[in-house]
Amino acid sequence: MKPHTLSVLVENKAGVLSRVTGLFSRRGFNIESLAVGTCEEPGLSRITIVCIGDDAQIEQVIKQLNKLIEVIKVSDITENDRVERELALVKVNAEPGSGRAEVMQVAQIFRANVVDVGAKTVILQVIGDTDKIDALEKLLRQYGVIELVRTGKIGILRGSKTVKSGK
Amino acid sequence: MKNGARILIESLKREGVSTIFGYPGGSVLPIYDELYDSDLQHILVRHEQAAAHAADGYARASGRIGVCLATSGPGACNLVTGIATAYMDSVPVVAITGQVPTGMLGNDAFQESDITGITLPVTKHNYLVKRTEDLARVIREAFFIAGTGRPGPVLVDLPKDVNTREIDFKPPLDEEMQIRGYRPTFKGHPKQIARAVELLLEAERPVIYAGGGVISSGASPELIALAERLSIPVTTTLMGLGCFPGDHPLNLGMLGMHGTEYANFAVTESDCLLAVGARFDDRVTGKVDTFAPHASIIHIDIDPAEIGKNKPVDVPIVGDVRSILADMLAMLKKDASHEVWVERVRTWKKKHPLRFRDDGSLRPQMVVKALSDALSPDGVIVSEVGQNQMWAAQYYVFKKPRTWISSGGLGTMGYGFPAAIGAKYACPDSQVFDIAGDGSIQMNIQELGTAAQYKIPVRIAILNNQYLGMVRQWQELFYDRRYAYTELPPVDFVRVAEAYGVDGIRVEEKEEIAPSIRAAMEAEGPFVLDFRVTREENVFPMVPAGAAINEMIGGHKQ
Ligand SMILES: Cc1ncc(C[n+]2csc(CCOP(=O)(O)OP(=O)(O)O)c2C)c(N)n1
Repeated sequence: MKPHTLSVLVENKAGVLSRVTGLFSRRGFNIESLAVGTCEEPGLSRITIVCIGDDAQIEQVIKQLNKLIEVIKVSDITENDRVERELALVKVNAEPGSGRAEVMQVAQIFRANVVDVGAKTVILQVIGDTDKIDALEKLLRQYGVIELVRTGKIGILRGSKTVKSGK
Repeated sequence: MKNGARILIESLKREGVSTIFGYPGGSVLPIYDELYDSDLQHILVRHEQAAAHAADGYARASGRIGVCLATSGPGACNLVTGIATAYMDSVPVVAITGQVPTGMLGNDAFQESDITGITLPVTKHNYLVKRTEDLARVIREAFFIAGTGRPGPVLVDLPKDVNTREIDFKPPLDEEMQIRGYRPTFKGHPKQIARAVELLLEAERPVIYAGGGVISSGASPELIALAERLSIPVTTTLMGLGCFPGDHPLNLGMLGMHGTEYANFAVTESDCLLAVGARFDDRVTGKVDTFAPHASIIHIDIDPAEIGKNKPVDVPIVGDVRSILADMLAMLKKDASHEVWVERVRTWKKKHPLRFRDDGSLRPQMVVKALSDALSPDGVIVSEVGQNQMWAAQYYVFKKPRTWISSGGLGTMGYGFPAAIGAKYACPDSQVFDIAGDGSIQMNIQELGTAAQYKIPVRIAILNNQYLGMVRQWQELFYDRRYAYTELPPVDFVRVAEAYGVDGIRVEEKEEIAPSIRAAMEAEGPFVLDFRVTREENVFPMVPAGAAINEMIGGHKQ
């Protein structure tokens, strides 16, 4: 059982996301993370899904996804050389004189950007793989994480390999 | 200029639809108004569930696509059990539902229900049409998707204003259907097919395990030819009954929970199992690790997701069953006789036949046997769910595909009678019997009204045991005979029928079985046979849940 990253190319139509997520819940597969957006081809969207399961379960998920009429292509990109990123926005307690400087320092180490500075808080934006964001969150917790928003993971194959239509 | 309702009717006719089963209501009034002048035949059922089952029965009996129609909200919701039944058994049905006008969608308007959301997990695909301009294309796609690949139900939800709005309409050209994300595989992989042929020729104890996919792809002739050329015994699933002649020397009948002892023995001993259009359902395999434990498994199925789902497979072949079996036959350079094995199977068959006690009383199995003797090979048997269904499957000798119609996957009580009505419209020249239990028949007994109104000559043979028999059997065997809420007070079905204007007779003696069946067959309209059978009869043999299929109770001593 390990996390698999699935890249799913779908028609950009009403209800397609509920078809995809409904399939996961109905067949008892958990979604760890989900990110959806338009892609290079007009009329299509790309969904990146991270789910955990053994090989047989993942194979079954992929086959079932392929049966959805509005799904154009499904690829498990886990075994391939790929780039994966996630973006997080973290609102942290950082009062001037009590922790703000340290929070800024942590941000620097993680190459996080400060995107908002309030009277008592700052908002950091960090981009990286899941581990990096987890690590940052853990460090910031001692200062008080007020709110954390994560995009879910997106992934793309390195080099000239692609996940494109032609199912 | 044409309105949406007119475009719908024209589109249905272009798909070759002649009969639809439906029930009107506010949101489908524009469609009904068009039906009024149309030559499409509309059968008014008494409950929308029956419309869905009738469309399903029509599809199973004919191989064409069944169509049902219901209004929004409660009407659409009443279709759901019927749609789920068709989905589980891969039956091509197009369900058309009314919906509140597009401007009111999502407002909890009167009789609004999110039927595309509700049916998401029980349809092959569904559509909510928001523009009249899309209607004709969607209907075409719906029929294409329902009927190709692994068949299944497709629902089309039509808001009222989509049906009333008039547009300048030109029928779509009959160009080839192109749906980008839907390209079912048809031809099997030649290398895999060659490997399968090789395995079957090398095998010493091959068995064919054939399911409903053989029937939906029309592959019976190829299956029979392959079995005969290689002398391979054939067992069928509940859904596959009829795809191989029941009186063929190589036939083993049904396998699994209530299968024959010899079918289950043969599968357990087999060294090569050819699974065709079947899906290794738990009612077939019992404990899945001990299913066909010595066999290399070849699995042919149109749906790649079925392959390896429940049981690892040695040779997977994805594609249309008929095309693949034809390719296998073309590759066969020699025949095989498997003499020793066939003889062994024949001995099992002789020593372990299906049997029941005959002490002179009217037993339910006798009714099924009498029907089997009375009907011609074209006769269609539909069943309800429970013991009646299993006895029908065990004791009726089906000789042709599409003569056995039963809810296998969902096991829907109340399916049989409305499905029989649908089947009768598909096969007007065949005798159509619903083999029922007194519990199941009461789930859609209101359809006597439909049968009476249109004088539909379907016959109902009720095996009236005054129990929810199959549940009672489990309580007897596994719950210490504690019959919790499974006894039904006797119902006089002849009088119920009479109230609807339908003829019927009660049968209490075994000598009356054959004459009563004859009377039913000669009736011009619908007919009800109320067989008062021995009450605590059990379906045997039986594989208890979770056991291996060769560990049957109620079988013969080894
Ligand atoms: C709609 C529905 N509800 C409940 C069941 C569970 N169930 C399976 S068989 C059965 C008893 C059927 O009784 P009856 O129709 O009298 O047939 P018999 O088993 O006596 O032949 C029941 C309740 C079901 N299959 N379908």
